[in-house]
Amino acid sequence: MRPKHRIGLLLTTAVLLLGLTGCQRADMSVLDPAGPVAKMQLSIIMLSVYIMSGIFVVAMGILLYVLIRYRSRRGQNQPPKQVEGNNVLEAIWTIIPVILLAILAVPTVTTAFALDAKPTGSNVLNVKVKASQFWWQFEYPDLGIVTAQELHIPTGTKVNLQLETTDVMHSFWVPRLAGKTDLIPGRTNTMWIQADQPGEFQGKCAEYCGPSHGVMDFLVVAEDPRQFQAWTDRMKHPQVQPAGDAAVEGEKLFAQNCASCHSVAGTNFKGALGPNLTGFADRIKVAGVLENTDENVRRWISDPAAVKPGTKMPKVPLNEQQISAVAAFLRDLK
Amino acid sequence: MAKPLEEVLSHPVHTATAPRKRFWLLDYLSTVDHKKIGLMYALIGVFYLIVGGIEALLMRVQLFSPNNHFVSYPLFNQLFTMHGTNMIFFAAMPLIFGLMNLVVPLQIGARDVAFPFMNAVSLWFTFVGALLVNISWFFGDAPSAGWFAYAPIGLNQFNPGHGMDFFIVGLQIAGFGSLMGAINFIATILNMRAPGMTLLRMPLFTWTSLVASGLILFAFPPLTVGLFLYMFDRLFGGHFFDAAMGGNPVLWSHLFWIFGHPEVYIVALPAFGVISEVVATFSRKRIFGYTSMVFATVLIGFIGFMVWVHHMFTVGFGAMADSIFAIATMLIGIPTGIKVFNWLFTMWGGQIRFKTPMMFALGFLPTFVLGGITGVMLSAAPADYQYHGSYFVVAHFHYVLIGGVVFGFFAGLYYWFPKVTGRLMHEGLGHLNFWFMFIGFHLTFFPMHFAGLYGMPRRVPTYNAGVGLEIWNQLSTIGAFVMAVSIVLFAMNVAYAFIRGEKAGNDPWDARTLEWTLPSPVPEYNFAQTPLVRGLDPLWMAKEEGKTTVTPAEPPGPIHMPSNSYLPMVMAVGLFIAGLAAIYHRLFFIVLGLEVIALAMFYHSLNDDEGYHVLPEERALAKGEGA
Repeated sequence: MRPKHRIGLLLTTAVLLLGLTGCQRADMSVLDPAGPVAKMQLSIIMLSVYIMSGIFVVAMGILLYVLIRYRSRRGQNQPPKQVEGNNVLEAIWTIIPVILLAILAVPTVTTAFALDAKPTGSNVLNVKVKASQFWWQFEYPDLGIVTAQELHIPTGTKVNLQLETTDVMHSFWVPRLAGKTDLIPGRTNTMWIQADQPGEFQGKCAEYCGPSHGVMDFLVVAEDPRQFQAWTDRMKHPQVQPAGDAAVEGEKLFAQNCASCHSVAGTNFKGALGPNLTGFADRIKVAGVLENTDENVRRWISDPAAVKPGTKMPKVPLNEQQISAVAAFLRDLK
Repeated sequence: MAKPLEEVLSHPVHTATAPRKRFWLLDYLSTVDHKKIGLMYALIGVFYLIVGGIEALLMRVQLFSPNNHFVSYPLFNQLFTMHGTNMIFFAAMPLIFGLMNLVVPLQIGARDVAFPFMNAVSLWFTFVGALLVNISWFFGDAPSAGWFAYAPIGLNQFNPGHGMDFFIVGLQIAGFGSLMGAINFIATILNMRAPGMTLLRMPLFTWTSLVASGLILFAFPPLTVGLFLYMFDRLFGGHFFDAAMGGNPVLWSHLFWIFGHPEVYIVALPAFGVISEVVATFSRKRIFGYTSMVFATVLIGFIGFMVWVHHMFTVGFGAMADSIFAIATMLIGIPTGIKVFNWLFTMWGGQIRFKTPMMFALGFLPTFVLGGITGVMLSAAPADYQYHGSYFVVAHFHYVLIGGVVFGFFAGLYYWFPKVTGRLMHEGLGHLNFWFMFIGFHLTFFPMHFAGLYGMPRRVPTYNAGVGLEIWNQLSTIGAFVMAVSIVLFAMNVAYAFIRGEKAGNDPWDARTLEWTLPSPVPEYNFAQTPLVRGLDPLWMAKEEGKTTVTPAEPPGPIHMPSNSYLPMVMAVGLFIAGLAAIYHRLFFIVLGLEVIALAMFYHSLNDDEGYHVLPEERALAKGEGA
């Protein structure tokens, strides 16, 4: 019998290198952090990878050696020597792991406390995150802005998140910015994130929350502070005047069919059950998952449950032409 | 321990000879024999392993490409819930109880477990519990809140169908069975060892079974309590876990994981025991560091109760709680490491024979070490915030549960199969079975580490396209089918053994412990004469002295045997009726079911069945016929 683990080890190492060197696109990669929180977390990950790889190599080295050296051979008539144990060896493989784990435990604890410390000071942005089946609301209490599905933050700024849920448990995860914090009924959790570079960072719900858990996506849009300022200005004073005939018709239909759940800043539409649609035309995604195109807006409105099974948004009784009108109205919300 | 002859003979003997032979099916339905019960446990386990495996394959097909619509999102959620529930509760647990039943009494020189009747009750409760959870598919909808059924997603408001009710009631019933089984094995191992077998002369499989039974004893009550509260919330309008009414959903998470984490060791420790037996036997060496193995086992069991919060690092308990539980979790790595190095140094200096059981044990080692490594990685709380709830975790626990439990179980199955059936399985097919499982396993689960690190949460029926997740998922799906082939090969090997398998003889592996002194298959009374144990590995000691068997501790005499009884099955049927009725709020049938149980218990209490005796002459007769 040939020893199998030589090949196994080689393959393992190859795949490990392939994976860790990032030959993949890194839009959601934990291994490609874009802010201090994810960087701290990655440093713990890598430290543990190094320590544990060392242990793995030693253990598998011994296994490999033993399998080659001590396989049964012809002509062995006598059974091998029966060894009870060896106190020195046993002490070694008790003490060395203790030391290695201590090396891992110290930064684990210090990082845990560093992440737990709530950032304070004037240059901190506060955001209230509210999750519902299957969408995210982001409220900026100091700026008077409410938005959904896309969390805009300025780069280089610590952002304090206050996390609450309106229904079941969810978990807030933006792999490139920070690990998860759960949103739990009856609790308010906090975490902080910071983006060091501008970009769009994919967020996911990471606690099973129902039929559409897998598509409960959101984006974190990090912009340099000046652009962020411009965005907040637009959100505070949005353009809500419908431009064309279709959009005017759409506004009427919106008032009749949508406004009881959706609100738009600067209008009379104050529904609070669904996502706030202020500045909808500037959003990258529809419903957090589809590209924001006219076609996708129509697709979403015509049958929301086809995209997100279990969503609370009903199929509104509108014909195709009316849906296009609503889409036209939404396209003008800048 | 054998009773003195006078005491045995002082009992009224209802049947001087063994009872008439029953039709085999009726015999199994009414048996109280630990070997037959063990076999049935194993069959239940293998059945649900296949059911859970099919559920896994359906999920893997769905995840082969992003935005696939092979199954709907809600169906996918039912599939992963049932996959997890079946694999943990109805595959791993019965497989472990099966092995414990088949082997522990034989290893300690006992003629049965301490409470054979209760043993049968445990089996049938497990059977109907599993049945109740799984028939939910045919009653509308299967449970869909994940195997840990977090509140409030599992409560009526968000899960209005009856699926979750089946889950709660079924698990509760199966849990009773496990709890009784554990009590039985603790009593058996502590009281019924052969003369001379001190605690520190027990085989390691028996030791790990003892510790696992102790874990069940302390871990299942929190689950029972939790399920009870859950049942009140769902069936009777309670609000224990409903935040809107002043309840707390995190309470359920705590109760579940106080059970859930030890549960991992409940199924893993006996598998470690199997590995210890197999590695020692096929290296022809005494286990290295026996005492430290025992202490490591006990320590793993003990610390295992103090780490449950690592399943809840992202709940937001703060840095202090997370740090404490992180360090406690890391500590488990130390006794586990001791075990791994002891296994390696058992082989060191041995004469390793690569038989199928040993192949599974050798496959276990790198796989389980990788699972342990990711376990330590997960214990570092700040890193866990990234891994938590992602495919990295999925990869980790499959490395522990398949690499640890399934490989360990298959090692044990191939090892003890000849003892149970009297036939050897085919070595070539066995090796093929192993390689398909080993390669399929790593192909399925190694890529999942990367899927997780590249941002894929668990329990998702689809994933974002174009962010590098496709390749890992496709590899996983291919690997899953390779594993499926290995199960087919296993089935073929069992069939081969029954049709053309070589006769095994008492000791086909040149083994070390008491069970290999017995004929294969083992007679119903196990030991004609209780053996005398003078150290670890009694059979090996006898062989070293040039003897073929262990010296008996008693003269031949009549052997007291318990009678068969249908009552355990009747009680389980009663509980099944009551459970099903509770789900549908049918008070009449709840009372009816509970009455069946009460009557069965009443009858059993008054029925003065003293069992029967097998006399030495009959044994000789049976032997003569068999030869």
